Amino acid sequence: MDLLTILQILDSTIRLATPLLLACLAGLFSERAGIFDIGLEGKMLAAAFLSGAIAFVTGSVWLGLLAGIAGSLALSGIHGLASITFRGNQLISGVAINFLASGLTVVVAQSWFGQGGRTPQLAGAARFEPIIWPGALTNIREMQQAGPLQQIYSELISGHTIVVYIALLIVPLTWWVLFRTRFGLRLRAVGENPAAVDTAGISVVGLRYAAVGICGVLTGIAGAYLATALQAGFTREMTAGRGYIALAALIFAKWRPWYALMATMLFGFLQALALRPDIIERTLSFRVQVQLLDALPYILTVIILAGFVGKAIPPRAGGEPYVKER
Amino acid sequence: MTQADDSMQAGTAADGTVPAIELKGISKAFGPVQANKDISIRVMPGTIHGIIGENGAGKSTLMSILYGFYKADAGEIWINGKQVQIPDSQAAIAAGIGMVFQHFKLVENFTVLENVVLGAEDSALLMPSLSRARRELKQLAEEYELNVEPDAKIEDIGVGMQQRVEILKALYRGADILILDEPTGVLTPAEADHLFRILEGLKAQGKTIILITHKLREIMDITDTVSVMRRGEMTATVKTAETNPTELAELMVGRKVLLQVEKDVAKPGARVLEVKDLHVTDDKGVERVKGVSFDVRAGEIVGIAGVAGNGQSELLEVLGGYEKARGTILVNGEPIDLTGAKSDGRSRRRRGIAHVPEDRQREGLIMDFAAWENVAFGYHDDPKYNRGILTDNAAIRADTEAKMKRFDVRPPNPALPAKSFSGGNQQKIVVAREIERNPDLLLVGQPTRGVDIGAIEFIHQQIVALRDEGKAVLLVSVELDEIMSLSDRIVVMFDGRIMGERLPSETDARELGLLMAGITDTDRPHDAAEVEAQLARAGGSAAKEV
Repeated sequence: MDLLTILQILDSTIRLATPLLLACLAGLFSERAGIFDIGLEGKMLAAAFLSGAIAFVTGSVWLGLLAGIAGSLALSGIHGLASITFRGNQLISGVAINFLASGLTVVVAQSWFGQGGRTPQLAGAARFEPIIWPGALTNIREMQQAGPLQQIYSELISGHTIVVYIALLIVPLTWWVLFRTRFGLRLRAVGENPAAVDTAGISVVGLRYAAVGICGVLTGIAGAYLATALQAGFTREMTAGRGYIALAALIFAKWRPWYALMATMLFGFLQALALRPDIIERTLSFRVQVQLLDALPYILTVIILAGFVGKAIPPRAGGEPYVKER
Repeated sequence: MTQADDSMQAGTAADGTVPAIELKGISKAFGPVQANKDISIRVMPGTIHGIIGENGAGKSTLMSILYGFYKADAGEIWINGKQVQIPDSQAAIAAGIGMVFQHFKLVENFTVLENVVLGAEDSALLMPSLSRARRELKQLAEEYELNVEPDAKIEDIGVGMQQRVEILKALYRGADILILDEPTGVLTPAEADHLFRILEGLKAQGKTIILITHKLREIMDITDTVSVMRRGEMTATVKTAETNPTELAELMVGRKVLLQVEKDVAKPGARVLEVKDLHVTDDKGVERVKGVSFDVRAGEIVGIAGVAGNGQSELLEVLGGYEKARGTILVNGEPIDLTGAKSDGRSRRRRGIAHVPEDRQREGLIMDFAAWENVAFGYHDDPKYNRGILTDNAAIRADTEAKMKRFDVRPPNPALPAKSFSGGNQQKIVVAREIERNPDLLLVGQPTRGVDIGAIEFIHQQIVALRDEGKAVLLVSVELDEIMSLSDRIVVMFDGRIMGERLPSETDARELGLLMAGITDTDRPHDAAEVEAQLARAGGSAAKEV
């Protein structure tokens, strides 16, 4: 296996990990504030559909992105209303959002476009295009002849969409916000012991809505990326469990931003492997069922959720509505 | 008794000082329950003002109103001569009020420093706030003996230090008025002394302190003025120097109360319970009881003293039959099964062991079930309660009603669910169920936790009466006063081991307090800091438990 092949897999890894990373960071904000969000999947799906639909209709990927974020935010608002204001069960609210999105996206897509529950193919300005960095090679022949540094630069670093770079920048930003700002301190506190926040004279409800709002924006970007960058348009159930994988990655990452990057890269890597069964066959010198490769990320999810990867302590007040008591 | 002089009722005190806090006609109802009825109180600046009353007397409600947790239905709050509105905690903090809750409001996995600045940050960025807090904590520590480790996580420090963090939080926010709700409930005697020294220091700096407690001794030791609450009303405000514990107890309960348990010298008989080299390991694989041996004879009360979480609970659970253990336990000379295979609560009861568990709401009662159902629990196979394969509910009800009358449970209505009784009456139901079975050995855990003075007196009398009938009693309590007044022999546990055995007549709270902190050379003088350091080292797990 030569360097270029490895780089190609890593390149796919980054592309495939991006929606997971965005969703994982979204979940991180929400869960760090004590609101469990199993509805990441549904929000991503809704955002994917809305961004695909609006990008197609307007021809602008940016308007599509905004629509995706708006759709995800609206669902976040419902989740917040149910679990913060009305102190309902966060799991049930999240599951409801997933069902709602799963059904509505297909029905509305069918009604708007009549293409069997999908949006039409996006092209041109309706999609996020790869950004070619200065001096980067695009021709595969030239690349094969180039030196290793040029290969890394051209294949791995250059040539991603803007969303990929933004997602990677959000990792240090999340770390900085959580651990270096007043807002982050309060956010973490409200997920650990809302009574401490309340008695310190800060609004528990306000903080939790802020967290759920950030979660909505990031999930919206993740969903929009699926329909307008990774694929060219929305297809039914196109999230394919990525919301749940992001949650598993979040647990694996012990609710920490840098670990979240590593965890989602691992999942992205497994998904990237599944795209290249030929390489696996060449390396291992026997054929691995494609279905098994496809299932790998989900198998890892189950292993993580079953607690085989060490003890992960979730935020202590997670999942519990805050009720003021004496 | 001495009513506070007339100046206490007038607008300002005799010397013209403006009260730090003045509440006028505060009322608050929760549904049909009137928690506070037309309460007026004046707290003078630079004093320590005690508020004493039984559970449910309305002390905490009143303070929660002052701290903005609840909104009063009627009444006015005046701070330093100005009327203020306190709709939320933010407003209370702005008015210079700080509160140390009974259950600390700390973020467990944050450092001390982070907890102190939470909500009182200077700017959007944390660093400047944290470094300012570090400087100020150092200063406060020197000024008031409030030493804490700024970078330690809350979950790694003992309760004494956690409480100091709460006090520091209030001071950091510039509080001039500090409210402490039952601050000594979780502290060892040495830690409590340390706290009182801190409070004295704060008072000397002109801070005003309100101390809510149900412990008469604390009131007498440290307060300048004391207000007594009973059933939502303020019954009296008196100068501490002009009153005495008996009078205060009478004001709290509304009748004469015996504060000391009256009992004759014990006449110990045969060994009823023998525990030999008992080891208990919990679910997480931590050894909680590490080779404990002792015995209890007929006709004596053996008290096990210790800070909560040092293995006493596990010991009771093994004896009660719902925890496995290694070692030997003999009851009336016969071994009992410790493997969990043949042992359960029922088999223990057959062997003449009755058990009043530590947590009546979780282990002693089912709160949603009626009193009569609760009285039948554990004894539901009693032939008296059954007719063929059916239970004889009428018989259980009648028996329950008789027990409730004998134990003065109010109201004596067996059909009411357990949760509708007050803490004291709930405990009386549990005690009645167990004592009336005439056991050879009675296990009692925290018999008076959350129980008011009147009921404490009654429950103590019942335990002593059982002893006088020649039964063995094993008492586990974190209340040192209770251990000292009730026990005929005291065993002190620390970190799963027995630190020593003392006779109540030959020891005092100081010596027991040191033993409870795991210090056995009790003759040497020790300071509070050392005791605390020791507690934090070996009893860190114990502290967290509370």
